[in-house]
Amino acid sequence: MEESLYKRGDVISGAVLTGLGVFIVSEARGWDYFTVDGPGPGFFPMWYGIAMIAMSLVLVVSGLRQAAGPERVNWREVGNALMTWAAFSVCVALLKVLGFLLAFGLLTLFVVAVMYRRPLPVAFAVAAANVAGFYILFPLALNLELPVGIFGF
Amino acid sequence: MEVINGLLHGFAVALEPFNLFWCFIGVLLGTLIGILPGLGPAATIAMLLPLTFQMNPTSAVIMLAGIYYGAKYGGSTTAILLNVPGESASVVTCLDGYQMAKQGRAGPALGIAAISSFIAGTVGVVLLMLVAPPLSKFALSFSSPEYFALMSLGLAMVVLLAGKSLVKALLAMLVGLWIASMGIDLFSDASRFTFGQTHMLDGVDFVVVAIGVFALGEVLGNMESRQHAQVLPVPKGLRNLLPTWADLKACRFAFLNGSLIGFVIGVLPGAGSTIASFISYGIEKAVSKHPEKFGTGVPEGVAAPEGANNSETGGALVPLLTLGIPGSSTTAILLAAFVLWGLKPGPLMITDNPDLFWGLVASMYVGNVMLLILNLPLVPVFAQLLRVPVYALYPMIFGISIVGVYSVSGSLFDTWMLAVFGLLGYAMRRLDYPSAPLILGLVLGDGMERALRQSLMMSSGDLSILVSRPISAVMLFLAVLILVLPMFRKANAWRVKALEEQS
Repeated sequence: MEESLYKRGDVISGAVLTGLGVFIVSEARGWDYFTVDGPGPGFFPMWYGIAMIAMSLVLVVSGLRQAAGPERVNWREVGNALMTWAAFSVCVALLKVLGFLLAFGLLTLFVVAVMYRRPLPVAFAVAAANVAGFYILFPLALNLELPVGIFGF
Repeated sequence: MEVINGLLHGFAVALEPFNLFWCFIGVLLGTLIGILPGLGPAATIAMLLPLTFQMNPTSAVIMLAGIYYGAKYGGSTTAILLNVPGESASVVTCLDGYQMAKQGRAGPALGIAAISSFIAGTVGVVLLMLVAPPLSKFALSFSSPEYFALMSLGLAMVVLLAGKSLVKALLAMLVGLWIASMGIDLFSDASRFTFGQTHMLDGVDFVVVAIGVFALGEVLGNMESRQHAQVLPVPKGLRNLLPTWADLKACRFAFLNGSLIGFVIGVLPGAGSTIASFISYGIEKAVSKHPEKFGTGVPEGVAAPEGANNSETGGALVPLLTLGIPGSSTTAILLAAFVLWGLKPGPLMITDNPDLFWGLVASMYVGNVMLLILNLPLVPVFAQLLRVPVYALYPMIFGISIVGVYSVSGSLFDTWMLAVFGLLGYAMRRLDYPSAPLILGLVLGDGMERALRQSLMMSSGDLSILVSRPISAVMLFLAVLILVLPMFRKANAWRVKALEEQS
């Protein structure tokens, strides 16, 4: 059966948001709803949590009732974006170990060589130029501290 | 008289060499990012925000506002030369601008866009200067219930106009409210939604969310398809960029239409420059003697939306500066910037910070002149930017995002949060959830909760305080009306569809 991105996305995201709404309400129940001074910390989250559950259920139901459209998920495109995001996350994880300049250089290298399939010399040149530009602009010109790794930079 | 004195004071502030410099940097950066498709003013302001913390707030806001309106000038360049709008508000400009460029009239199209932007941008600032002070005085009578109602109204209008699905916009807004609740509750010291992390006790930094959702979300979305666009040639020389007398004569109503429509739409929270440009284009077409020619490359089709797009900036700053209510994602980020600098946009803004308010207004006059000078002769140079390969540009945006977040807190935890919100921004884009309501929920959430709780403390828990005060009652009624109306419209559409199917 061919399902549209819109329909499936709405049902799944609606279900996730229903779960989030339930979590918010259950957390809010653990805090004071009303005290002698007025509304407690649970008051506002309780109401927007309930609203979130209601809205997300509307989304799920309307997603299930909606006819399948012609649009299909282009997983190759989604894969490109997610792979880039994963590279970005690895770069963040490496900040503590390698420091910003090296981690950022590796991220640039990955984006240019792997995501955009440019020749390695081009990728190295772009990475080196980006790293040099950031080093000159931030730590040198603007005196901003960047994460430093085990190599001391 | 008060306005003239204020404006003179503003020019004294704006013409200080330091502020002139930052105004120039702002409009230049704005033009550049407006030209680069895939990076909007909201994302740029969010990324650069941390770098402004060490600046004087007046200079900083002059620069950030320069980015805001400068991006609108630049947005037309890609629309005309590439048929790719640099900003969503330039979508309409593609219709006639690109057709003009294809007919070899790229120069006059770019010239008309710049002239129209200048005229309408200046009219927008004049109207901002005239409207903001009396509105501030009116808003001085507001107390907690009115503020709660006002914030509800602002959110309701944004939700209504933010996207195709009202439910998704509401959900995005609720997620924004949830993120705003994270951290220590200032009324009771209870820690909420911190997941046992001490880093979360101060809540989630607005900058992290804004950069993640806008900048990273945008870049990840653009990384899906790795294509390069072809640029139409830009004529060299100022003479080739100037429109003919006949072009200007044809655009005279469009200049006025764009200026007024843009400002009025800008004042309405949530309407935004995209809607303003569409409406003014529609009006221009409706009153035209040759509506059938629209879309084939008529100069009015460029002048009206470009004017509305630029005049909208002045309008959008009215609710931001006088009521503290942002009407769009960019003004929401500007609001957060004010808060981070320790300023409180609202009714007292003009009297408490005359340097900032009048300096900003005067700098917008100066900035518009700078933009006209920059955009007419230098468009061919700026257009070369479109040849910068995206594979070099996108890693730079990643790098600036990390530096921007890290420079605020010096915490690697926040860089992880950046990755999380980047993924959220991409998912929202992919699943068609508008991001503006999330940002507005986040920005207004804290103040909204505080106003609600203070109101209920004032009334010992009696909710009727929200509707027993006339201003608050009217605003809440309008908020409910705005939320309920589309449901009726939808019900009516279903009814009509059912009747059609029956017949």
